[in-house]
This record gives sequence, C-alpha cells and structure tokens, in this order.
Amino acid sequence: MSDHARTSSRRINLASIGANALLWGYAAIVILPLLLVVSNALRPTREIFKNPVGLPTSPSFDSFVKAWEEASFNIYFFNSLVITVVSVLLATAVSALAGYMLGRYKFRGSMLLTAYFLAGLMLPFRLAIVPLFLLLNDMGLIDNRLGLILVYAATGIPFSIFILSSFFRQLPQELSEAARIDGAGEFTIFGRIMLPLVRPALATVIVFQFVPLWNDFFFPLVLLRSTDKWTLPVGMTRFFGEFQADWSTLFAGLIITTLPLIVIFLLATKQIIAGLTAGIGK
Amino acid sequence: MASVDYEHVTKRWGDVVAVNDLTLHINDKEFMVYVGPSGCGKSTSLRLLAGLEEITEGIIKIDDKIVNDVPPKDRDIAMVFQSYALYPHMTVYDNMAFGLKLRKVPKKEIDQKVKEAAELLGISNLLDRKPKALSGGQRQRVALGRAIVRNPKVFLLDEPLSNLDAKLRVETRANLTRLHKRLGATFIYVTHDQVEAMTMADRIAVLRDGILQQVDAPQVLYNHPANVFVAGFIGSPSMNFFDVTLVEEQDTKKVFVDGGSFRLEVPAEIADRVRKYKGQQFIFGIRPEDIHAANYTPPDIVAAPLKAEVDFFELMGNEIFVYALTGGKQFIARVDPRTRAVPGQPIDLVVNMANMHLFDPNTEMAIV
Repeated sequence: MSDHARTSSRRINLASIGANALLWGYAAIVILPLLLVVSNALRPTREIFKNPVGLPTSPSFDSFVKAWEEASFNIYFFNSLVITVVSVLLATAVSALAGYMLGRYKFRGSMLLTAYFLAGLMLPFRLAIVPLFLLLNDMGLIDNRLGLILVYAATGIPFSIFILSSFFRQLPQELSEAARIDGAGEFTIFGRIMLPLVRPALATVIVFQFVPLWNDFFFPLVLLRSTDKWTLPVGMTRFFGEFQADWSTLFAGLIITTLPLIVIFLLATKQIIAGLTAGIGK
Repeated sequence: MASVDYEHVTKRWGDVVAVNDLTLHINDKEFMVYVGPSGCGKSTSLRLLAGLEEITEGIIKIDDKIVNDVPPKDRDIAMVFQSYALYPHMTVYDNMAFGLKLRKVPKKEIDQKVKEAAELLGISNLLDRKPKALSGGQRQRVALGRAIVRNPKVFLLDEPLSNLDAKLRVETRANLTRLHKRLGATFIYVTHDQVEAMTMADRIAVLRDGILQQVDAPQVLYNHPANVFVAGFIGSPSMNFFDVTLVEEQDTKKVFVDGGSFRLEVPAEIADRVRKYKGQQFIFGIRPEDIHAANYTPPDIVAAPLKAEVDFFELMGNEIFVYALTGGKQFIARVDPRTRAVPGQPIDLVVNMANMHLFDPNTEMAIV
C-alpha cells in the first residue's frame, strides 16, 4: 500500500472520530433533559426542590397516577388521541385520493388544482385564526372536537398531497395498465396496487402530521373551552399555578404526552427512511 | 377460436397520427409479429387491441365481435409488458393469481392454475419470492405466467425480450415458440428486432410511420419485399441499394443494370419482364449474401462479375463482411472466410442476379 493511501485512510479515521464525537455530543444534549424529566417524574416535588438534578432515591410512580387521575390526564389523553388520530386519518385519506389523481392524471385544470393545494403550504395557518374562529363560530363548531379535527385535517392536506402526488407520479404507468388488463377497476388499482407501493410516503405523511398536531397548543387553546375537551398540551398548563408548580406531576404528564410520539417514531422509522431515500439507487 | 381484425383503424393524438388506416386480419392460433423502427405505431396498434388506448377511427374485432367499447378486462386478452410490470409488493404467486382473484375464480382453481403455469415455465420454486428477488429472465417468465393463468384467447407481447441479455434472448425465443404451439392461442408480438420477427413469426406485419407496409410469412418478406423500406429493414446486414439505369444492348438484346461504375447483366427470365422499362431509373437492391468473392462462388447462381475496392472488413468467423466501394458508394458483401480482403486493394466479386430487386425510385415499390 502506498504512503498516500495510508495517509488518506488515516485522515478518514480522524474525520469519522470527529463526526462521531460531534454526534454523541449532540445526542447527549438531547437526551440529558429527557433523562432529567424521567428521573424527576419518579421523585416527589419536595425532593426535586432539594436537589433538582439528583437521582430518585426511592422511585415511585405516584406522580404518574396523580397526573392520570387527579389532573385528568386520562381525559386529555383520550381527547388528544381521538382528535389527532381522526385528523390524521381524514387528511391522509383525502390526500391519498387527491394525490393519486393529481400525480397520475392530466386533466383540464389539474395544474391549477395542484397549485391551489400547494398554496396551502405557504399559508401560515395561525395567522388566519380570527376568520377561522368566526367561521367555526358560525358553524357552531367552537368548543367542539369536530371543529378542531376539521381545522387540523385541513392543515395537513397540502403537505400530504405534495408528498403523495410526487410518489404516485413515479410509479410506472405499465403497472396500472397491467392491472387494468388483469381486470382491476380504478379503485382496485388505487387500493391494491398503487397505495401499497407508496407505503413509505404514507408513513412519512402520517408521522409528519401526527407530531405537530399532538404537540399543538395554540388551536385547542383558542377553539376549545370546556376542560373535558382539552388536549394534553393545554391540560399541561394546569400544573402552573400562580405561586407554585407541581413539578413532579408535570414531569409525569410530560412523559405521558411524549410516549405515543416515541412509539410512533419507532414503528415508522424504517418506512420513513425508505420514503426519504426513495429514488436513491435502483 | 380467436381471430383478430383491424378494419381501417386510425389513432391520432392531436395532429400526430400514430396508426394510419390499418387493416389487418390475424388468424386464429397465429403467431403474428408487428415489426418496425421505434415510433412506427406497432406498440400503439397492440395497445389499441388491448384497449389501453381509444381508437380514433375504424373498428377492431376479436373473434368477429367488435371490441371498440369493450374494457380491457372483458376482451379476453393478456398482455406481457416490456418492463414486465410485475406488482412489486406481491409474491410471484400473488402476481399470477391477481387477475383470477379479481374474477372471483374459486381458490382451489386459482391454486391449480398458478401451479400448472409455474410448472410449465419452470418457476415453481420461485412462487414465494417477490419480483425484486428475481433475475431478469425469471421476471420475464413470471410476466408470461401471469398471462398464461388467465387462459386468454389472445396473448399480446410488447417487446418482452428487449430487457434480456443476448444469450437469454435466443433461449427465450425458442421457448416462446414452443409455448405458442402448446397453448394453441393467438399470439401478437411487438418488436423492433427483425431477428425476433424472422425467427418466431408465422407472419410478420412491417409498419412504418403508422402505415402497414407489408404482411407476409418471414421468408416471403425476405425474398420478395414489397418496397425499399421492407427490403432494408428485414435482413441483417441490410440490403444494398444502388441508383441504376436499366439498359439494353442493341446487338445482344441483353438487359443490364447500369450503376455508372458497374454494369450487371439481368438474368434472362427477369429481363423479359423489365425490358419495357429500358432507359428508366431504378433502385437496384441486392442482399449482402448474394455478393460473393469471385474465388469462392457457390455453384448454382446466376453470376455477374463486379469489381470493387475493399474499404474495410469484419471477420465473423464463419464469414467475412466486406465493406466495399464502387463509384464512391459503400456496400456490404458477405463472403467466404477464406477470401483475401485487403483494405485499399481491389477485390473481385460476383453478384447473384437471380436474387436481384428493382424498386421504382419515386414510389419505392418493388418492380422485381
């Protein structure tokens, strides 16, 4: 092996060590606060005040029980789950159908329709809160979970159509022709041939909608009033009193809130990576 | 029983005419090949028959029934695509069973049909695999299998071999011919490769710019091309063409084609037919294998000597392709491998005028 090759391989080694160190450092910055939350959720508030960064001496799940039952997190969790899941499913179903048509068919006005949907990507929805509020108020959908679901579904559609239509566009025309000759109608082609083939895009779209909706604080705060309809992020504010905060229960609440996101990421990671790297290689 | 008829079929996209007034009858159980350069309308003709494109004018009949408005699934056809178009998320078994499932065929029957077809194609061991895990040749067979299980009246094959390597293509060609005999169905096969057309077809339809040029058995097409295009397209290397004048010698009454740098005698039986054209311009066509080296001439030909200069040559092992020049025009001769050809040196050639062709230079139609 030549000297040149040896130096270059050493240089690569150094570079990869550097990159690794950087990544580990970044991971630590992200993980440490998370660990702090977990550890403090297992300790009573008194102890947290004594030693904010200490490990739990006698770990207990009391604060979880307290958050779940006394602080009504069971209700918030249910609300969040229903609202987010229904919104995401609704938006994804609509986007898949629209993306299929826009991606695979050219018809009069299809370009315009695509542009119209994509324009939604440029709109900051929160700026439209006043007209939105008035509209929902007229429809009697204020303080109604359905109102929030409709708003959420609408916000998810532009991005989802954008992603899904470009995936549908890439699927070869011959596949649908083969299916047509095999005897499939348009809906069978869509459901049994095309949809399974854009699964990575579907996973991406679902996760990318799910996370911000699950975390959203703004819309439920404005559009929902009764506490029995609140979602988790709004419910969390109840821990902050005027003079004190129940840190231990708050941390437990945070974990309860975060857990579903972690689960959905673990479930969908493989599909998302497949989606993001689609088109690379064969 | 499944004949196919195109009657004055035209397909237009805006101003572009893809298929122009095509009238063609395909017999039951025939192996018909559509051949032509890309953009000639051969694939479109097939897709019109499949129902994947709408017919602009004319009618298509399958089994004497007009199918213009019949959806693809009810035409009793199956199609094999160039890209195979296997469903990537389904196993080989499911790929083959999909069409039957949609037709609500009982599970047991599906199973039996898929296994039979797999057996026939030698892919029984691949049924659980996804298309991704198959080689090109295996995918091609699965695509065929998907067509076979449906037991259609007409098989449509759109360049099914063009994604295979050369060796596999030759093998598959033979297998397809065998399959056609065995299934006893009508095959319509699209290719741009005239070798595939020649080797497999019962009859070949040559298309160009959406217009049918000639339909006939391969050998007839080869020996009696109807026009310059067919003559040049069928056969490899292509037929040589020269601009010539037909002349008659006053004293001997012999007829010659005169290309300026050469003069070749037309055999007596042809001469009598073309004598009336003397003095007129023609395109003279002669296939490379009808030009021999003077030293190695087969016995039973009507020989006319031709002097030329060797430009360069290609050794093929069993023969030599000599690229020769006469009057500054290049032509190809397939000569005996023992022939001594030296670039830049003259070579004595002999033309077998029994196989000569004459075309009208205006219409490009064959006279002889």
